[in-house]
Amino acid sequence: MTQITFEHVVKRFGSVTAVNDVTLTVGDGEFVALLGPSGCGKTTTLRLIAGLEFADEGRILIGERDVTRLPPRARDVAMVFQDYALYPHMTILENIGYPLKVRGVGKQERTERVTEVAQQLQIGDLLDRRPGQISGGQQQRASVARAVVHQALCFLFDEPLSNLDAQLRLEARAFLKHLQHELGVTTVYVTHDQAEAMALADRIVVMNFGRVMQIGAPLEVYRRPANTFVASFIGSPPMNLLAGTVDLGRGTFRLNGETPAIDMGALFRRLNGKLTDGQTITLGVRPEHLTPQVEPSPGAIPAQVYAVQPMGGEVLIVVRVAGKLVSVRLFRDEPPDLPPEVWLVPDLNVSFAYGADGNLLQ
Amino acid sequence: MNTFLARSWLARVLLFVFAVVIAAFFVTPLLWLITAPFNTQANLAVTIPSNPSLANFEAVYNNKFAMRALFQNNLIIGGGVMVLVAGVATMASYGLSRTHVPGRDVLVYVLILFSSVVSGTAAMVPIFLLVFRLGLIDTYAGVILVMTGGLLPSAIFIMRDFIDSIPRSYEEAALVCGASSLRVFRDVALPMVRPGVVVVAIWAFVNAWGAFLIPSVLLRSPDRMPASIASYSFYTEAGTPNLTLLSAYAFLYTIPVLVLYLIVNWRFGFRFFGGIKS
Repeated sequence: MTQITFEHVVKRFGSVTAVNDVTLTVGDGEFVALLGPSGCGKTTTLRLIAGLEFADEGRILIGERDVTRLPPRARDVAMVFQDYALYPHMTILENIGYPLKVRGVGKQERTERVTEVAQQLQIGDLLDRRPGQISGGQQQRASVARAVVHQALCFLFDEPLSNLDAQLRLEARAFLKHLQHELGVTTVYVTHDQAEAMALADRIVVMNFGRVMQIGAPLEVYRRPANTFVASFIGSPPMNLLAGTVDLGRGTFRLNGETPAIDMGALFRRLNGKLTDGQTITLGVRPEHLTPQVEPSPGAIPAQVYAVQPMGGEVLIVVRVAGKLVSVRLFRDEPPDLPPEVWLVPDLNVSFAYGADGNLLQ
Repeated sequence: MNTFLARSWLARVLLFVFAVVIAAFFVTPLLWLITAPFNTQANLAVTIPSNPSLANFEAVYNNKFAMRALFQNNLIIGGGVMVLVAGVATMASYGLSRTHVPGRDVLVYVLILFSSVVSGTAAMVPIFLLVFRLGLIDTYAGVILVMTGGLLPSAIFIMRDFIDSIPRSYEEAALVCGASSLRVFRDVALPMVRPGVVVVAIWAFVNAWGAFLIPSVLLRSPDRMPASIASYSFYTEAGTPNLTLLSAYAFLYTIPVLVLYLIVNWRFGFRFFGGIKS
């Protein structure tokens, strides 16, 4: 039973607060991704779990044990580094076997266990090579093997796929998910790639400026971003955010700029009592929840077509709404024949309103 | 067109002549060092001996004082300085590189400043007094310690630069694997800085091997004199050098350094495979 718990953890580097009052729990066997832009504190959070950094405030628990002040070797975790950090002076066999060697496992048993793991990860025939003599993808597997070879309490991954090319990354992604599923070991995975986090994790922790912005299952975070930061970070292209003012009496929404009032009755009724007349809100709509039409209607937003991009399985249309670019995604292969002026109908059941502080109104 | 060709041709000739003059300036003494020892009538001219002989070496070999200086005293002093400098510099610069001591960069630069003072002529009197008080006059230990002190700052400076260039994630990976700090140093850091250690060790050895001032001030008995001082035994009472024997001795004097370099290059090499993907 290995769960990782953060209780109000703070980590400062000089005047910079890298991790700011983070509280979260990673359940036993769970795969959690820490997601955020560079400098958001996700790697520092991971290093705090590993013991490579020490918290200034708060407590960190691995299982039932308080490890806040313990050195890395007393924590029994395994970590895969972004640059793999395979020792260049050791063979792959010695590299993978190093955690066992440190733990005093005899040479013969070491070789057996390394060979078994290496076979499982399909690098069994590379064991007598050195890290410099194998490819990037093989190095990545070797570094995963080093983490897997001893039964650590949890796995920590620090952007392990960022040094692989696109093709290999997809392969390694599926492989990592499969492996974690098979081993069932509690895993914390740091990435700045939201697609990677969505694809791999049971839960995503979105971070910014050292703070947790939202914690939730990938689809939950995707469907209901808790604030405008998460809305603009998750999704490719991200959620469209349109600022405007509310007219409660008429049940309409007017975008900043010279656009007609748009009927938002359904959305406002859902937010019954949360809105005030004349309030400024930000409307959040996913690109796939906008439908372009050629005729105006009460709930439609006027727009000018900017670019139509066929992507194969889908069509991405970029339009201009009140001076801002807005993305529209259509799940069809043939690009539609659109006039320069179109009207976008948002699906109000899956659209959201965010207050002036950026938080979701609900 | 013709004048252009002529001018470029002339420029090339001039450049060539210039290069030859410069090369001759540096190569001639080396040629002398290689030819003179095998010539029983050697003088300052570079001549290929008509009937090469090893007679000079035989004479040098019979000079017990000079031979002990070269193959005993020099090896003890050079080896001692090499081991001490390489060992202490590696550990000190690892510490300086991997921990955050306030003002450590200033410390390193002040150390560098001191290095020229410690081994310099200006400090000879206080150093002599210090070594005298410690009772280390006329001992190998005295010479080795003073020379180590003089070389260490530069050695630390070189090593720190080298260690700084090695990514920390290797060591962090080992820490997470469960190794103690000492074990990380032994298993991971030390093998990776080995090329740097070898460079510093050779540099320290060569410095000690050719040292003259410090041993001449701190040593008394002929039994402990290094080769740089012993070479004076190939001078006459009047102070004129016996070129035949001196050249043979100088030849022997250079060989250990060359051999050391070749062995190190062959055994350790300066090649490396990277395990960090950047």
